[in-house]
Amino acid sequence: MANWFNSTLHAINIGASTFSKDIERQGTDVVQYDWSPPAGGDIALLEALDRLNTAETDERNAEAVAKIKAAHPMLIGINHARYEIPGMHAQLILHAGPPVEWADMCGPMQGAVIGALLYEGLATTEAEARELAASGDIEFAPCHEHDAVGPMAGVISPSMPVHIIENVTDGNRAYCTVNEGLGKVLRFGAFSSEVLDRLRWIENVYMPALQKALEVSGPVDLRTLIAQALHMGDECHNRNKAATSLFLRDMMPAFLEADLDEDVRKQALAFIQKNEHYFLNLSMPAAKASLDAGHGVNGSTIVTTMARNGVDFGIRVSGLDGWFTAPANFVEGLLFPGFEPTDAAPDLGDSAITETLGIGGFAMGGAPAIVQFVGGAVEDALDYSRSMYTITEDENNTYSIPTLDFRGTPLGIDIRKVIETGILPVINTGMAHREAGVGQVGAGIVHPPLDCFTKALKAYSEEVSHV
Amino acid sequence: MIHQTIVKKKTYHDSVTLMSLAGKLKKQDGVEEVIVSMATPMNKELLENVGLMTDEAREATDADLLIACRAEETVLPRILEEVEAALGAKKAGAKRGEKTSVKTFDAALEISPEANLAVISVPGEFAAREARRALENGLHVMLFSDNVSVEDERNLKTYAAENGLFVMGPDCGTAMINGTGLCFANDVKRGGIGMVAASGTGLQEVMVQVDRLGYGVSQAIGTGGRDLSSDIGGIMMRQGIDALLADETTDVLVLISKPPAKEVEQMILERVMRADKPIVLCLLDGKAPDDLPPHVTFTTTLFEAALAAVRTYEPNLSVELVSDEAKTWSNVVHRTQGTERFIRGLFCGGTLTAEALSILRGRVSPLTSNVAKRKDEKMTDVFTSTGHTLVDLGDDAFTVGKPHPMIEPALRNERILKEAADPTCGVLLLDFELGYGSHDDPVGETIETLKQAQAIAKQEGRILPIVTYICGTETDKQGYADQKRRLEQIGAYVAHSNAEAVEIACTIVKKGVEIHG
Repeated sequence: MANWFNSTLHAINIGASTFSKDIERQGTDVVQYDWSPPAGGDIALLEALDRLNTAETDERNAEAVAKIKAAHPMLIGINHARYEIPGMHAQLILHAGPPVEWADMCGPMQGAVIGALLYEGLATTEAEARELAASGDIEFAPCHEHDAVGPMAGVISPSMPVHIIENVTDGNRAYCTVNEGLGKVLRFGAFSSEVLDRLRWIENVYMPALQKALEVSGPVDLRTLIAQALHMGDECHNRNKAATSLFLRDMMPAFLEADLDEDVRKQALAFIQKNEHYFLNLSMPAAKASLDAGHGVNGSTIVTTMARNGVDFGIRVSGLDGWFTAPANFVEGLLFPGFEPTDAAPDLGDSAITETLGIGGFAMGGAPAIVQFVGGAVEDALDYSRSMYTITEDENNTYSIPTLDFRGTPLGIDIRKVIETGILPVINTGMAHREAGVGQVGAGIVHPPLDCFTKALKAYSEEVSHV
Repeated sequence: MIHQTIVKKKTYHDSVTLMSLAGKLKKQDGVEEVIVSMATPMNKELLENVGLMTDEAREATDADLLIACRAEETVLPRILEEVEAALGAKKAGAKRGEKTSVKTFDAALEISPEANLAVISVPGEFAAREARRALENGLHVMLFSDNVSVEDERNLKTYAAENGLFVMGPDCGTAMINGTGLCFANDVKRGGIGMVAASGTGLQEVMVQVDRLGYGVSQAIGTGGRDLSSDIGGIMMRQGIDALLADETTDVLVLISKPPAKEVEQMILERVMRADKPIVLCLLDGKAPDDLPPHVTFTTTLFEAALAAVRTYEPNLSVELVSDEAKTWSNVVHRTQGTERFIRGLFCGGTLTAEALSILRGRVSPLTSNVAKRKDEKMTDVFTSTGHTLVDLGDDAFTVGKPHPMIEPALRNERILKEAADPTCGVLLLDFELGYGSHDDPVGETIETLKQAQAIAKQEGRILPIVTYICGTETDKQGYADQKRRLEQIGAYVAHSNAEAVEIACTIVKKGVEIHG
């Protein structure tokens, strides 16, 4: 105490800023903490939070995040979903986000299901497909519950080829379809013959070509590709230009060397070259394979999944079973010409797995080329990235943000910190038209509903108090 | 008149900012009502009471911001714009790359890892949590917030004491550590007089008086008003005494409090008795303990406490409480009718009210105050004065949904006019607080009202003497000389101490009816 009297005063002012101004006026060092009520001012929730604020939880979280950081995702192959995805069967259709029944699905997801049933030959017309989907003979399940992820509607049916990503550190795998490109595509709910023809081409022509190229190249190191792309202006969710180029560059010699029909070779290379979001369907399963490594750490409050089905937003937490859901928000951002805000479906897709890993919106500060989606100023993008460090457990030294002096990306969303600060994860994402098959109508940013985190925290706190 | 009520979801601003903003806007022409506040149950009730409640506002929660206004049609949009501009300013500032404010405690620590004090002014139900976190990170705490439970206070102080840390508060308004005034504090010289006080304006007054006598303060530690209750046991008072006794720059200690709980007083006295430095024990309204050793001086007023402390350096110093100037002034004040018999003290400082009560007790009657503890001295209705009345306008009854009168002195104006209209009011006794934390121009906020009050009395053939005290130093940011000059311009007396002001007020009402010749 006597020491305090002999030292220089350094104050933190929590609350009324007039006090910090007067302290500053006296030439004394002061930091103003613009306080707002933790847990939104909900005292019961705050008490639940404080029960979880223990050294043990901190340790568990450090453990979960260490596993995620150590994960090393590689592309090891591509094959039909039915042979690879655990639990896949002829009547199973996987979809994005938390569980949802056919009747409740949003327009684009219903369209994608119809397309998948037509593609599988289980129905021959839209009407038949709708009837079948509603009959109860088809089982629907989240991709996430089958080690898979899918952008937008995220529909995966048994015949679809899926990239196989293995976390070579732990041996767990994750799966994702091949990105079809923009415009009329299945993931936005289109199911015209053009869409189905492309899916068949991917299955019959592209998949065998990539298989042969991968035989030549061997496993592709996605962790390195993502790390490099982040230094080239991608955030690997809404911008995949650099990553797709790098992937194409890495695969080029293999495609050239592989025993392929010349026409097939050209078609396959042109397919990757023309779709700058090709890599999204690799960054997503890479993120999934990494996060799954950190899932199931008992007592950890780290978020391992964020996903949307166009109706609900769902999160999963390392130390908890099941989903915590709340109605999905609408994306705010830029609409393509000719579309109105009312045209957009609520937030949709598993692509928020990238943000869960600390890239995507979390790394937006390093992707200045797409800041028009977030208000136009690079400083805004940097602020989004900076603010994410306040809700994450750690920084990921594998992936870094050049514009933040190569600071590691914010990794390990801690539900405790989200509740404490009220700061929600920021997600960069595309907007789907609310009707099936129209396609993308814009892009912007979206946040998960706070309720997902509130529910998870309450569930946790109950578990703790029962022990 | 039109009105509009807006709810801004999840938008938090501290109440001091909001209330001073609302206060500023309300003064504009064409504005009838402006409420800018967080949607707490209390503020929603306020909204209901002024008829600006909407369904949306009813659903709003503590974390949502309410903006409601009733004004002329041409004025209302501008008011709403001004609210936006005032509350949005901070963000725009931050965007220019000034990272002086942060959103989390961890971020604050990151910027200032050497931080050793947290000043906390968040709503009471959250304050203990913030304080605990600060203590756990090794920071001393000044807890300005009130409405902290006794249990939380005890736990925080026990933890702090075990870890060699201070918890000043809850409800601690004033402190000065290492020469920096905190919250409500005056710009005083540094010196060898160390203070520990369970009262805010009491501590300010002693610091100011010491400064006026030419001496300075080493440290001024606030403990919060409840520290000396039997529930808390004077944990911080005892710790403060120990720290100041150990502090080489402190020559003499001044301890300021209302009379403590008996067993706590014993614990304090034990320390005081064996102290190796002179100690001034100022117990407002208290009785001198028996058998005080020579190094302990007992006083019951703040002025005497300052004087006694200074006598450590000048043993023979003698200062008349009531100056010649005051005597001259009170002599020319006359009364023309027989009704104006009572003192009406309207205070912004709580302890200054208590000091006035202590001085006047037994000398004027009937005497009531809203700070009185004795049953026969309590006011039945704090909004109405009868007889000699001393009102602390910082009382919760006056500040619900409003800032403290030290921040917003205009709160007192309505009451001033009410007293002026009362034919039994014989003298207005007012205090003004300068210094950090206080309003930028307290006299300016009041002066027009005082002129109006004088006019009201004059109209009824009365003269209304105004006796004031400005608790401030020459170097306070508001400019003491200018504040004083403006009060004197309207014929008010500006006393040298709160005690002197009370004495003069007492002299005036005790004078017989004189007809001015």
